[in-house]
Amino acid sequence: MRLELAPAERPFLPRGVRMARDRVRGGAVLLALEKAIALDAIGEAILSRVTGEATFAEIVADLAATYDAPEGRIAEDVQRFFVGLRARRYLEVRS
Amino acid sequence: MTVQPPLAMLAELTHRCPLACPYCSNPVNLQGRDTELDTAIWADVFAQAAELGVLQLHLSGGEPASRPDLVELTAAAAEAGLYTNLITSGTGLTPKRLDALEAAGLDHIQLSLQGTSAALADRIGGYKGGFDRKMAVAEEIKRRGIPLTLNAVMHRLNMDDLERAIEMAVEPGARRLEVACVQFHGWAAESRDALMPTREQTEAAKRIVAREQARLRGVLAFDFVPPDHYADYPKACMGGWGSTGLNVSPDGTVLPCHAAESIPHLRFDNVRDKSLREIWYDGAAFNAYRGTDWMPEPCAGCERKEIDFGECRCQAMALAGDPAQADPVCRKSPAHGRVTRILDRLAENDSVDTLRYRRYPARADMRQE
Repeated sequence: MRLELAPAERPFLPRGVRMARDRVRGGAVLLALEKAIALDAIGEAILSRVTGEATFAEIVADLAATYDAPEGRIAEDVQRFFVGLRARRYLEVRS
Repeated sequence: MTVQPPLAMLAELTHRCPLACPYCSNPVNLQGRDTELDTAIWADVFAQAAELGVLQLHLSGGEPASRPDLVELTAAAAEAGLYTNLITSGTGLTPKRLDALEAAGLDHIQLSLQGTSAALADRIGGYKGGFDRKMAVAEEIKRRGIPLTLNAVMHRLNMDDLERAIEMAVEPGARRLEVACVQFHGWAAESRDALMPTREQTEAAKRIVAREQARLRGVLAFDFVPPDHYADYPKACMGGWGSTGLNVSPDGTVLPCHAAESIPHLRFDNVRDKSLREIWYDGAAFNAYRGTDWMPEPCAGCERKEIDFGECRCQAMALAGDPAQADPVCRKSPAHGRVTRILDRLAENDSVDTLRYRRYPARADMRQE
């Protein structure tokens, strides 16, 4: 199964996967099926833009503008992050 | 060393269970219903766990659905902000109860699979009709879209059916499959010869998991616990003693792992007497094998000591008679010969020994109901 997102696809966190604040350790965590993943600042910046409405291209453009970075490199980083999540079924997409 | 807060808590709500699997992870001395913590104490323990840093709560047993207050307990866990996972055989989960659990905020279900056919599953579970009920529950879970993990507990008698077990995870839409080979503690140790997979089965299982994991990437996530008797280096049990998780048994005893009570010199605290925080940070049992200071050779000088943390203390107890020794499953352990002798003897003898099913002792005050 191809896990890379097309520019117009809209990623979303499926039921059973959510972002939360870690009250004790600080920072954000992704809570998923029997796993808790500490998010770094980049992971948090990406996932906070995963609304179910925003497309992959829009998320990349928003990050590139916010962090004043080249879109090509951001797209690569975001794609790698999303593919990793999709392989574990932590992220789904709709078109 | 700095002790980190725990990430996960396993709440064994009860030891009662309609199934009698011979590899049950509950201790051989099962606790009766009269010793179980009540709803209010469990709810307080969940709140304490969240404050301590626990993020994931596993509601387990026994069969947690044997608790009449399971829905209230789930609501209390969700209220505390915990990611709440129900570990169940499916028995006792009626459609009405599933509705109530969803409404209470249950996040995820882990459904156990004893075998891929009714004949085998009911034989392993010691419970006629259990398989058909489980399949009906799986269908209800699928219909509701509740996030699902299938937990296929594998051993000599069902490991050849691994490919079918993988299909049975995909069919109800499970997102995750645990292929968990039996750990030989407690009850399972008593049926070890009947349950120990062969080397050929173990190698075949590894090949099948690698192939299917690649084929089903993005469909089904795998977590594979191979039988460690055949490994060069065993698992990092619990990610290191007292490092990430804790178990609370039905009567409130707090354990570093399922099998910790098999280590006779350890003394365990109870949530009725002390706070979870005190128990986690200062409890004698949690500090006994934390970090690396307790390690003897060859562990202390081993380049893997921060990878597998000397492996499993309970297995060292069971196989070498000393919980502070290297786990004999490790090929560097001076007692490794005990493991190879067990495997060699089993390889020469394919007669399947009888299973010893998990049972309560036949005493009036220890009855299940």
